[in-house]
Amino acid sequence: MLRKLTLAALLAGAAALPGHAAEGTAHIHDVDFSFEGPFGTYDKMQLQRGLQVYTEVCAACHGLKFVPLRTLADPGGPELPEDQVRAYAGQFEIFDEELDDFRPRLETDHFPESSMENAPDLSLMTKARAGFHGPLGTGLNQLFNGIGGPEYMVNILTSYTGEEKEQAGTLFYGNTAFPGGWIAMPPPLSDDLVEYADGHDADAHHLAEDVTAFLMWTAEPKMMARKEAGFTAVIFLVMLSVLLYLTNKRLWAPYKAAARKAKAAADTPAE
Amino acid sequence: MSGIPHDHYEPKTGIEKWVESRLPIIGLIYGTIMIPTPRNLNWMWIWGIVLAFCLGLQIVTGIVLVMHYTPHVDLAFASVEHIMRDVNGGHMLRYLHANGASLFFVAVYLHIFRGLFYGSYKAPREITWIIGMLIYLCMMGTAFMGYVLPWGQMSFWGATVITGLFGAIPWIGPDLQTWLLGGPAVGNATLNRFFSLHYLLPFVIAGLVIVHIWAFHSTGNNNPSGVPVRTTDKEVVKKDTLPFWPYFVIKDLFALAVVLVVFFAIVGFMPNYLGHPDNYIEANPLATPAHIVPEWYFLPFYAILRCFTADVWVVQFASWISFGIIDAKFFGVLAMFGAIIVMALVPWLDTSSVRSGRYRPMFKGFFYVFCLDFVVLTWAGAMPAEGIYPIIALIGSTYWFAYFLVILPLLGIFETPLPQVATVEEDFNDHYGKAKASKTGPKPVPTPAE
Ligand code: HEC
Repeated sequence: MLRKLTLAALLAGAAALPGHAAEGTAHIHDVDFSFEGPFGTYDKMQLQRGLQVYTEVCAACHGLKFVPLRTLADPGGPELPEDQVRAYAGQFEIFDEELDDFRPRLETDHFPESSMENAPDLSLMTKARAGFHGPLGTGLNQLFNGIGGPEYMVNILTSYTGEEKEQAGTLFYGNTAFPGGWIAMPPPLSDDLVEYADGHDADAHHLAEDVTAFLMWTAEPKMMARKEAGFTAVIFLVMLSVLLYLTNKRLWAPYKAAARKAKAAADTPAE
Repeated sequence: MSGIPHDHYEPKTGIEKWVESRLPIIGLIYGTIMIPTPRNLNWMWIWGIVLAFCLGLQIVTGIVLVMHYTPHVDLAFASVEHIMRDVNGGHMLRYLHANGASLFFVAVYLHIFRGLFYGSYKAPREITWIIGMLIYLCMMGTAFMGYVLPWGQMSFWGATVITGLFGAIPWIGPDLQTWLLGGPAVGNATLNRFFSLHYLLPFVIAGLVIVHIWAFHSTGNNNPSGVPVRTTDKEVVKKDTLPFWPYFVIKDLFALAVVLVVFFAIVGFMPNYLGHPDNYIEANPLATPAHIVPEWYFLPFYAILRCFTADVWVVQFASWISFGIIDAKFFGVLAMFGAIIVMALVPWLDTSSVRSGRYRPMFKGFFYVFCLDFVVLTWAGAMPAEGIYPIIALIGSTYWFAYFLVILPLLGIFETPLPQVATVEEDFNDHYGKAKASKTGPKPVPTPAE
């Protein structure tokens, strides 16, 4: 306990000192997602809306080269019906070396790569960024809030200031969530840019959340299976612990009892 | 594996006799798992089992991962994603393996600090300690090379920074670095040799573990009182000890199950918490990440490496006395390896004749500060090397060396130890006798021990 207090005091002291470099100057506000926490799950409808936003907006520049198209039908994902996946895949072409020609993509192919050179691939983007840091570089914050990759992405998509500047021939856009404050990506989203078939709200913030949820799925497609496995393992191990605890107690009982007796016997003459 | 007198295996059936007279393996296994173990071992003695489990887990998950991984700079990152997406259970295997490394280090640090507190390194267990330190070094090598394999940004830049350390060695450094990397920079040759060694070293560790166990089975376990088990005859031994099976096996398995509850919660619910987001970006030799940080378990030594900058007087002194051969970079490298070497030499640096820290009032205080020092160094290693952090790291590093090179040698001379229990049996009885006394009310004679 004392050790912990000393550490806390030390850390607090360090915080008060000037020159403390705050990592990632921008503030990332928290966003509630359905997939957060041990019980969180993906919202299939949200993933489907996100796929739509991705396809209609982001795919113009970005790619998802690590994501096999067929996984759109996988359980725990957007769960598109097989025929829709096939139709979806067919919209994109791929160069086939055997045919020596382009052909429509099959479900077994991956999503196309980024078509714009400086637009990064988004397959893993929600895991490749952190939204929350600290306190004081300990990362303890992330223990409670999550690492904050999805939050970072929503913030990037919704924190444009409207300012622009040109630098070395490239246009940069003011964005308070992006480290440095200026990003080369033009504001991709605006209210009602996409029309949802289910009539769901399509203001810029909702679009950002939906596409981010979809991109969380592309980064971590097996999240639901993983959490289920986690629960199974934890429950099984808790039961095993209880059984082993009882076994151990039973096993040692005679020796502990004898120890108590011996101690009492040794102490009596002294009293 | 003798040393402590105990019952030996007697082959009874014909088959047993046949085998035993040709290869005494049943007797060896029997002797190993029935080894007399001090009754009073506390819960800090469970980390050995956790470590054995980790080694098994890493080898098993690792072997399966290798079946799907491709060690090539253009394919490695994608092959890891293939494991995460296409291989049945691949995502679990990979998360178990990645977090298994962290559990391995949590356990080894607790195991080492247990040894440091209870004087488990002291005679006659010096060889056990040295082998342990070799295992620890191999673990660090294995973990470092394993982290390079996914070929993310931190893999690449971590490898660049750490192999760069060898380049700091005077004269031979640059050639040595090129030889290690298999080329002028971290590249495909580096990835391949790291892959090869990452597969090899765990089996070296397994071999060392056997020697480690052999060594402490020859001397017998240390115990929280530090008082040796009486070995005059079998009957006396039985008063101080119980056989490893079933008493300690069940106890250790219980502890392991509890540890695994936490482990599986992390793997299941927050598997990327201990990793670095940058490693989900494919390695790019043209883009240096803002902060290059090693995995958490290297941070204390990383802090020691970085804190000896050119403006620190010891560094200037070393540079002056060596006619400039030892510059700040090389000094940092020496300090980092030195930090582990002084720890390995602790059996000869600690001059106290009392084994257990329990009976060493002054030692206790310094030891707790040492534990705190480890935490502070871990934290300082994660912070950017600017502002106040290098100073904190420097203070922490100084204490690290002072603890081994000044405090432990002097304490043996200046400290008056507390009276120790006479036997392990007495310590065991005291422990449970006291628990009962406090429940029933009236206190028996106060004992000075704990
Ligand atoms: C007009 C092309 C274009 C479109 C459309 C576009 N982006 Fe980008 N995006 C870029 C470029 C260019 C960058 C690189 C910005 C930089 O590094 O300054 C980028 C970067 C990003 C980043 C990384 C920010 C970082 O931290 O490095 C994310 C996340 C992102 N885009 C998400 C999206 C999402 C989601 C959409 C769809 C809603 C989208 N983008 C649509 C061009 C685009």
